[in-house]
Amino acid sequence: MATQTAVSAIEAAALRSDRFRLEREDDWKRLDEIVTRMEKGRLRKLSDDDVLALPVLYRTVASSLSIARETSLDAATLAYLEALVQRAWFIVYGPRASLGSWLRRFLGGGLSASVRAIWLDLLIALAVMVAGTVVGWLLVAGDAEWYHSLVPGQFADARAPGASREVLLKTLFDDQTKEPLAAFAAYLFGNNAQVSIMAFALGFAFGVPSLMLLVQNTATLGAMLWLYHGAGLTLDFAAWISIHGTTELFAILLAGAAGLHIGRSMAFPGERPIMQAAAEAGRRASQVMMGVVLMLIVAALLEGFGRQLINNTPGRLGVGTFMLFFWLAYFFGFRFKAEGTGTS
Amino acid sequence: MNVAASTRLPAAGRERVMITPEGVALPLTIASRGARVGALFLDLFFIGLLMTVTTVILLSVAGGAITGGAVTDKGPLGQLLETLAVIWIITIFLFRNAYFLFFELGPRGATPGKRITGIRIAARDGGRLSAEMVIARNLLRDIELFLPLVFIASASSEGGDMGAAGIAATAWFLIFMLFPLFNKDRLRAGDVIAGSWVVEAPKRKLEAAMSVAPAAQVRAGPAAESAPAYRFGEAELAVYGEYELQMLERVLRDNRPEAMQAVYEAICIKIGWTAGHSDARPFLEAYYRALRQRLETGMRMGKRKADKFA
Repeated sequence: MATQTAVSAIEAAALRSDRFRLEREDDWKRLDEIVTRMEKGRLRKLSDDDVLALPVLYRTVASSLSIARETSLDAATLAYLEALVQRAWFIVYGPRASLGSWLRRFLGGGLSASVRAIWLDLLIALAVMVAGTVVGWLLVAGDAEWYHSLVPGQFADARAPGASREVLLKTLFDDQTKEPLAAFAAYLFGNNAQVSIMAFALGFAFGVPSLMLLVQNTATLGAMLWLYHGAGLTLDFAAWISIHGTTELFAILLAGAAGLHIGRSMAFPGERPIMQAAAEAGRRASQVMMGVVLMLIVAALLEGFGRQLINNTPGRLGVGTFMLFFWLAYFFGFRFKAEGTGTS
Repeated sequence: MNVAASTRLPAAGRERVMITPEGVALPLTIASRGARVGALFLDLFFIGLLMTVTTVILLSVAGGAITGGAVTDKGPLGQLLETLAVIWIITIFLFRNAYFLFFELGPRGATPGKRITGIRIAARDGGRLSAEMVIARNLLRDIELFLPLVFIASASSEGGDMGAAGIAATAWFLIFMLFPLFNKDRLRAGDVIAGSWVVEAPKRKLEAAMSVAPAAQVRAGPAAESAPAYRFGEAELAVYGEYELQMLERVLRDNRPEAMQAVYEAICIKIGWTAGHSDARPFLEAYYRALRQRLETGMRMGKRKADKFA
């Protein structure tokens, strides 16, 4: 029952479909072997020839399948070819961008192109965040009791309504040195990443929860701003926030806008099918989200180290302003040559 | 899709046809819910294992350091512990979030759990599975799975009974968990956002189909040497179609004597022959070859006969 592949066997085969198969069998087997090795993860054992041959062999076998469907009734061969083409398709059209090349493409234009593509959502999210801050301020200004429901417990230690100017000043300039810096930065990163992922992912519910999350977070900011304003420390507080805040709030803005973008695309898909609209928006938004994670790492480093090392208001303001302009320039300032990646 | 493919596939409602960029229609099978749940639990188990091992190793290092000397905030020992804590926080974050990304971005497009259960991720449109898709579907995993679980855990630990927060968290959890039950492609929310779906990876056993292909048996079997033992006329071949041909192929490949004897007798009755005793296989091989030749010639002429009723 040995499979004959010699030329004589091809000639001896009575059926035209068998001759067809015997003539092409070697290509099929070679593709099968390459695919099997790649499926087992033994990429290093593949020769360059095999890697180069893979797309060609895939197309050859795909065309064999098309022909076989029209000319052969050999169910085993058809099933084999279908499975083989499918396995090869997984590999040929699988995720092939290495992490390095993807990152280059991503940082060299893919990220800022995606950020620019959601400009409308950015404006909406920005308006919501400003509104949230104002609402937080006004609520607390109207009734100081609001402060305790707006500001989570971890910030409300000494920073409560009625605290003296000296106490508040102390919170801005010298009470964090007890924290282990690096661990604190790592913790902050994890925490902020959680908030951003949530703002993004909640956009799935047509964007509304994302906006509510933004309002809630910025209302806290507004309430604290009111507290320090009352003590005449507005600028010092702004500087204290800004050193990492311009990066962190920008990142949260991007995350909220990314979520909103998905929600808006699903609610108003336009002429596209809703699933396609959701998928396109989702891929664009996920690029933005990778940027958000990178920005949060920067923000955590700034907060963990920068704020403790720079213990004066002008220095902090300077770093914060520089970071803000840096991000604005990176996202909107100039266009990279490698445009249109990933979002097509 | 041709008749051969559609008759071969089981009718479980999970079959889809995907058009590759080359224009070839490929049948795909959507992964079963059991396989996906199994894959998820396996992956969670692996992640838990990795986290536990890392924690134990770091704790043992820290423990050794602590017993070695007194802990001070600013001494070198304090710095070591601080570094260990940073490593721990970052590793835990990475394990939870990057585990899926790392494996699904690899050439195999599947986490270890998915590989074990024989499923993988593909792009719904038949094109390339891009890094953005994998990132998008895994970003949402956090909101679908980990966050509500954390909320449920914290809600139930506070005071023991589940208050409104616990109910809300459970509802949140269930909405996303049940999401795949309410759409026909069994997409979870992350799949909708990413434009991906989870399909069965083809079975390995199909590889063996080559060596036991019936054509090889027919050609190399005993019937090939004593070829002209059976001759079939036009009328004797005209009774069956493609469906019966493939049933016959399956019987020949299974190679069970009693089944072949039954089929042999059925065919003989149908075409008006008298069935003998011990020559079922040579007869069936010859009939299979003749019938396939006739049907394939018809195919090339544009005439197809789906089954005996056609």
